[in-house]
Parts: sequence; structure tokens; C-alpha cells
Amino acid sequence: MQKLKLVVVGNGMAGMRAVEELLKIAPDLYDITVFGAEPHPNYNRIMLSPVLAGEQKFEDIILNDLAWYEENGIRLHLGKKVLKINRKERVAEAEEGFSVEYDRLLLATGSSPFILPIPGRDLDGVIPYRDISDTQAMIDAAEKYRKAVVIGGGLLGLEAANGLRQRGMDVTVVHLAPWLMERQLDRTAGRMLQRELEKRGLEFMLERKTEALLGKEGRVCGVKFSDGEEIPADLVVMAVGIKPNTQLAESAGIHCNRGIVVDDTMQTFDPKIYAVGECVSHRGTSYGLVAPLFDMAKVCANHLAMMGIGRYAGSYTATKLKVTGVDLFSAGNFDGDEHSEEIVLNDAAGGVYKKITIRDGKIIGAVLYGDTVDGQWYFRMLKEKQDIGELRGHLMFGESHLGNAGHEGRVQASNMTDDMEVCGCNGVCKGTIARAIKEKGLFTLDEVRKHTKASSSCGSCTGLVEQILASTLGGGYSPKTSAEKPVCACTEHTHDDVRCAIRDEKLLSISETMAFMNWKTPNGCATCRPALNYYLISTWPHEAADDPQSRFVNERVHANIQKDGTFSVVPRMYGGITNPKQLHKIADVAEKYNVPMVKVTGGQRIDLLGVKREDLPAIWADLDMPSGYAYGKSIRTVKTCVGTEFCRFGTQDSTGLGIMLEQAFDRMWAPHKVKMAVSGCPRNCAESTIKDVGIIGVDSGWEIYVAGNGGIKAEVSQFFVKVKTREEAMEYSGAFLQLYREEAYYLERTVHWIGRVGLDYAKSRIVENDENRRALYQRLLYALSGERDPWKNIVESTKKPLFESLVVEA
Amino acid sequence: MENWHKVCELADIPQLGARVVKGKNCDIALFRDAGDRIYALHDRCPHKGGPLSQGIVGNGRVTCPLHGMTIDLEAGRAVSPDEGCTDRFEVKIDQGIVYLLV
Repeated sequence: MQKLKLVVVGNGMAGMRAVEELLKIAPDLYDITVFGAEPHPNYNRIMLSPVLAGEQKFEDIILNDLAWYEENGIRLHLGKKVLKINRKERVAEAEEGFSVEYDRLLLATGSSPFILPIPGRDLDGVIPYRDISDTQAMIDAAEKYRKAVVIGGGLLGLEAANGLRQRGMDVTVVHLAPWLMERQLDRTAGRMLQRELEKRGLEFMLERKTEALLGKEGRVCGVKFSDGEEIPADLVVMAVGIKPNTQLAESAGIHCNRGIVVDDTMQTFDPKIYAVGECVSHRGTSYGLVAPLFDMAKVCANHLAMMGIGRYAGSYTATKLKVTGVDLFSAGNFDGDEHSEEIVLNDAAGGVYKKITIRDGKIIGAVLYGDTVDGQWYFRMLKEKQDIGELRGHLMFGESHLGNAGHEGRVQASNMTDDMEVCGCNGVCKGTIARAIKEKGLFTLDEVRKHTKASSSCGSCTGLVEQILASTLGGGYSPKTSAEKPVCACTEHTHDDVRCAIRDEKLLSISETMAFMNWKTPNGCATCRPALNYYLISTWPHEAADDPQSRFVNERVHANIQKDGTFSVVPRMYGGITNPKQLHKIADVAEKYNVPMVKVTGGQRIDLLGVKREDLPAIWADLDMPSGYAYGKSIRTVKTCVGTEFCRFGTQDSTGLGIMLEQAFDRMWAPHKVKMAVSGCPRNCAESTIKDVGIIGVDSGWEIYVAGNGGIKAEVSQFFVKVKTREEAMEYSGAFLQLYREEAYYLERTVHWIGRVGLDYAKSRIVENDENRRALYQRLLYALSGERDPWKNIVESTKKPLFESLVVEA
Repeated sequence: MENWHKVCELADIPQLGARVVKGKNCDIALFRDAGDRIYALHDRCPHKGGPLSQGIVGNGRVTCPLHGMTIDLEAGRAVSPDEGCTDRFEVKIDQGIVYLLV
């Protein structure tokens, strides 16, 4: 079959990302021709500032080298401008009479710096700051000349000024507005930034309008302001803004309004022509940051591949300044209006300023200076329009004030040196991460995880890695929230999409779900298959097929895999209560099978470690105790204290309730592991306040707390409801667990789920709605009815292929 | 001297699953993909020695259960950007019987 012809005008980050995405999903659909006006392969434009500052070389920031184009059969025309599009004949006409036919055309023409229309703008030594040749011109000028003036105190201007200063020039920044970065910062933060930059030797002239550039023998020699003052200058950098490059599209009669107007599929008014990147105007907005461009590229590729799904619905953007050691963050509408309110923290001496703008109980904007640790947290809540409700009181103190485990309690990446360890699981230092981001052209958390392994194990350093990404990429970093993210690379669909489809279409198997949702890979992967399997069995208990091959090994063999490939065996001890008979049995088994280690666990039970896979069924048979599910995304334990049975302080029978809970729910699968506890008095010896569901007995009844966590991120649970009887405690806890089972994303702990949907939501479904609570509880009991002990099942089955090895027959 | 040895029936290996063969020198993992192709690899992940046979199989790959490294079954090589190899063994199916060259 004859391939279709795709012509791409523009060899920058947006255009090439669209081509990359297209090659991923439809590698053989098109013959691709790319025109690039610059004489270089695609490079990482957001790394120009580090190149200017001398921290990075041009070769390091190339994203697609020439070999890449060749390997993918792309005809690349560098240094060749497309001058005209003949839409009738479908031909792109380039310089020197060179022309190429197309079936689809992709415009990714980017933007140009805006040059002030003032006398002297054409003099030598007056340059914009946009591409690598501008950067090189500045580097060259810094070697010969002394005095630089940067016009424009925005993001780009300040990065240019900082780079030139680091190259030894005297730099003055001229700015029209009363404070720096006025579109991203309020007055206070702008002033703090100015003071910091002044300390680094930059000079500022604010509220100055440039009237003319003065020249001598064809080269710039000074800047003249509207008030008549003149200052000397050997180099003038104009960084007053950018404008989308629309000339080519306009000359072809394609509708433009500031940018090339596209719909949500990135199609222009000519259905054969698509556009992505800084050149477009989408729903009236043009974007100059890389994250939105990548989103556009993905959607565009999907439509070019004729898959016809995916819409670009616009992006929220956040800003960071890429000046080493300056920590600022800005997002949304931080100025507010008459209906908004502000929460402000201002520690001028300490160099920290934070302002959060709130309207109708939701964050609409944030400016942070000096401490941007929580920038991504606020940004996530802003994007998700999350009700801050109960968070209000400690919003200012951030998400991480309780501290994460694994990096000496450090929560601020900017205070760390390059040789400090960020990821304690995989031993990855800050410098390694920053270097990988710059040199390998990484833009997302997932990419950093893939390339450096940082944050890919327990995830406790995710916040730090995100900060390093944000400060290295500047505005280029815009993380997706879990609600926006596709389940994995096998699909474009989010967890919510998948859950809805399974429920609404009554899908009962993985293959059916993948077919219905157009999965991109034939069998899915180790990320999506377990998720789909869980969604199926939790939505349609007793009906959907549970696929063992889509379960992680632990849940397939009902034991927990260890580093050497052996397994651990943890039998249930309901409520942490045991007796001599059980202990005898465990001791006998440990001796009989030479179990290398016997350990008392934190969950009040006994773990036999180092068991061979082949021995598991025999050990289970000898133990004759139920599985403790210590390996599953399921109820682990219900920890209890002694309670009224023996304790002189106890007010309630905590062991009794703990045993009831564990016996009722012990075979429950969940999105992630679930830990529970019951304490018999407010001394809380069972540590109920760091459990997914923690109950505390008081004289007048039981207090139920939810969404606590004691692991990676210590999180104190929140008070949910107080009830009188054990039966009520069972019903409320069960209903909470069922809501979690039905609505949380796979691998989302209760703390993260409640963080996403809000405790008020869970209360509205359970505490304030009796009928709904009872229905939830009934659904949980129905799901659990008839569920057999997995160990017993295996012991009683005649064939045990999972546990028996094959032998080579002679 | 290497010879073809009978190991099991195709039906003994679950689709998108694996079985372990006790070899003379090492454990060998037999993987079966959705199209009933069988692959045989040394049952040892190049990353930290995890048992690949216990991983999740799909799209011609297996994901190691210990730390999630993904191995291409055909090439016996880690999927980029990860690096590392594990030994491959020749395997064939004849009338529903799986044979291994060892």
C-alpha cells in the first residue's frame, strides 16, 4: 500500500514530539518530511538558559540527533524555509523552488520574539533571545563587551540577564512594569526576587520605557528612555514577549487569530492541516510552555494516526524561574478579585513569601517565593478544583510538614547539594537526576523514574524529584494529576474512564475491556493488567473472571516474594490473639521445613521467611490456619490492644471488635493494602491514628478514624464518625472500605484517595446518608460471601502447577 | 552435547504465564505468549537476579517481580533504557509437546 505523505513545517519541540507520538502508534502510516528553518536537529529549547549560563553545552541539549531522523525514515530539510502552502494542489513550497506534496500537513512554526518598534532596533548588538544562534551571539558578545542591557524583566529576560552576568558582563534589566515578572508575581514576591538578583550583581531600572537604541558606527552603544535619560550599552537583549508565527498559515488563507486557530483535535480550518505548539491559538489561548505543547502533540498524533480519540481541552500552567538558587513558583490567578480571599505568609527576613488565593473554597492561584516545596501540591488542587475545606487550617504549612521517610527529613530540594541522596531506595543523588533531565531531555516524573530509577521504588522521594524537575525545567514542568493520567502507556484512558466503562457496559473480562476501550497493546502490561483485574472483580463480584496471570506473583501464589525468590508465609491470627496450640504448630512447621527466619511482625502475627515456592502448599496444609493475606492488596491485619479484658484503663473490648472486623472482612481485595486497628481507650496503644481505618473505644462508644498512614509518609488519620455499638462500628467501617473499593484508583491508599476526593465527600456518602451506607455495606458483604480461604483452596486442589517445577526428561 | 528434551505439554504452561524447568545448571523459565509461542530464558533477571518466571507476561515481554525490570522474551534483553541480558535457550513445540535444547 502506498504510504500517505505527511509534511511537518517546523523542526522544534512541539512538531517533533508530535512525530514521535505518531511513530509510536502508527509507525508505517506516513512518509514523513520535516522542514526546519534552523540548521540544527531538534533541541531542548528550555535548556538554552543553562547553555547561556555556561552550565550546559549545545550538544547536551539535542533531543533528536540526525541519526534518529534517518532511523525513522524521515526526510529532514534543515535550514530550509517553507514559503508557501498551495492548499488546492496540497503542495508545500520551500526555498529555491523545492516543493513537496502532502496528504496531511502539520504546522509547528513556533513563535518569534517581539521586537520593539523603536529607532535603532536594527543596529548590530541588538538581539532577541529565542534560539541557539541568539544564545551563541550573546556568549560571543560576553567575551568582547562589558555592558549589557536586557529589555524586559519577565521570565526570559531574567534568565538572559542571569546568564550574561555569569559570563562576566555588567547587566542592567530595564522593565516597563513597577515590579519584575508582573504577570507571574505580585508586588511583594517581585520585590523579593529583585533583591535576590541584585545581590547577584544585576541592576534594575523599573517603570522605564525605552524610546530608542543609540548607535555608533553601526553598533549599539546606548539606550535612551522616554524621560530622556541615557545609559551605555554594548549589547541589548530584547525579551519583551513572543508572538506566534502565523505568516505562512495566513498567506495560505488559514484562519488565524493571533495564533493559528485549531479545534480540540488540533485541526485547523483546513481539515488536511493540523497545527501544534506555540504557533496555535486554542480556545483563544496561546501557550509558550512545553507541557501544553506535549499534550497537543499527543492529541494531534492520535488524529493523524486516524484513531480519532483524544481531545485537547487546554492546560493550566505554572511558572518556575530557572535561575540556580532562586526559588519561585506561580500559578493561576494570584491577584484574585472582589470575590476572592488570600492567605499570606510573609517572612521578609527569612526570605520566604507565600500567597494562596481562594475563591468559593477552592484555590485559584498561588505565588511562592523562597520555599516552593508545596507548589505542585497547590497546583494539583487548583487543577482539580478541590475543595480545601478541612485543609484550610494547615494549607500554608504544606503537604509535607509531617515529613517523609528516607532522606533525612529533607523536604526542600533547593537546599540540597548535587551529591546528596534523593532516592534512598535506589541510591540516586540530586546531581544525577538533574543531569539526566538536562542531557536526556526528560520532562516527566515517569521519564525520570525510567532513566534514573529515582522515585521508582517506594515513591517517598517523589516530591523531591518533582522539585528537581520543576527547577531544572522551569515552566516546562507540569505534572499530571492521577485523575488526568492514563492508566499506563497501553491506553489513553484514565482510571475513571476504565471504571465507568466496566460498570456501565458490564464488562466481565480483561480481553473484553481491552477490546471495548481500544487498548493499544494486545495483552496490556504489568501496570494495567492488575488494575483491570481488580476493577473487574470489585465491580462484578461472583461474575467477572479473576485472571491469575494478571495478578502480581504474590497474589497468584498467596505468599510474599523476597529478594532471593523465596517467599514468606504469614498465617492469620485474628486480632493478634494466639494460643499455645497455634504456636506449637508454627514451631513444628518452622523446624520441619528448615524455615531460616521466624519473625514477629508489626501487625501482631508471625512471619515464616525464606520458604521455597515448592514447599508452600505443604506448609499451609501442616499449619492448617487461614491465609493472613500479608502479600495482597487486601486487608492485612486488625491490630488491637488488650482492652477491657485485662487492661485496667480499657473502656471497651477492643480485641473483641478487632476479631469481629478481621473475621468479617479478611478476604477482601482492595485497591491497595488496608491496615486497621482497634484501641480500647484514648491511650491508643494499637496506634489507630495511623491506619486506613482506626477505631478508638471511649466510655460512650467508638470513634472511627480513617485515611491514616504509618509508612512512607506518616499521616494522622482523620475523625470520621462516632458510633455507639460494635454493630454500627462494623457497618460504618465496612461501608467506608466498600466506597474505597468502588471508587479509589488501583494502588491508591486510602490517604491518597481521601486526599483526592476529600473527607467531606466520604462523609456525605456514609455518615450523612443512612440508606447509601447500608447499601455499601450490603455490597461488601455480598462480594465477600462464599469467598474461600486461598490456602485451603490450593491445598485441596489436585494439581498445583504454580508450585511444581518441571524437569527435563532424558 | 546439546539435545532436544521433552519438558511438558503446551497446555501445562498457562497462556501469558510461565513454568520453571529445573535444568542441570540453572532454572529455566518457559514463557507462553497469547499466540502460543514459547520462549525459554535463564530464570534470572539481569538486574538483581529475580525469578523472571514469576513475572507478568505480555506483548512478548516479562516484567520481573522484584523491581519491575522488563525483559524482551525474544531477545532476552532488558527493554530500553534499562540494560542487561539473560541467557536464551532453544525451544520448540511438536504436536503439542514442548522440547528444550539443553
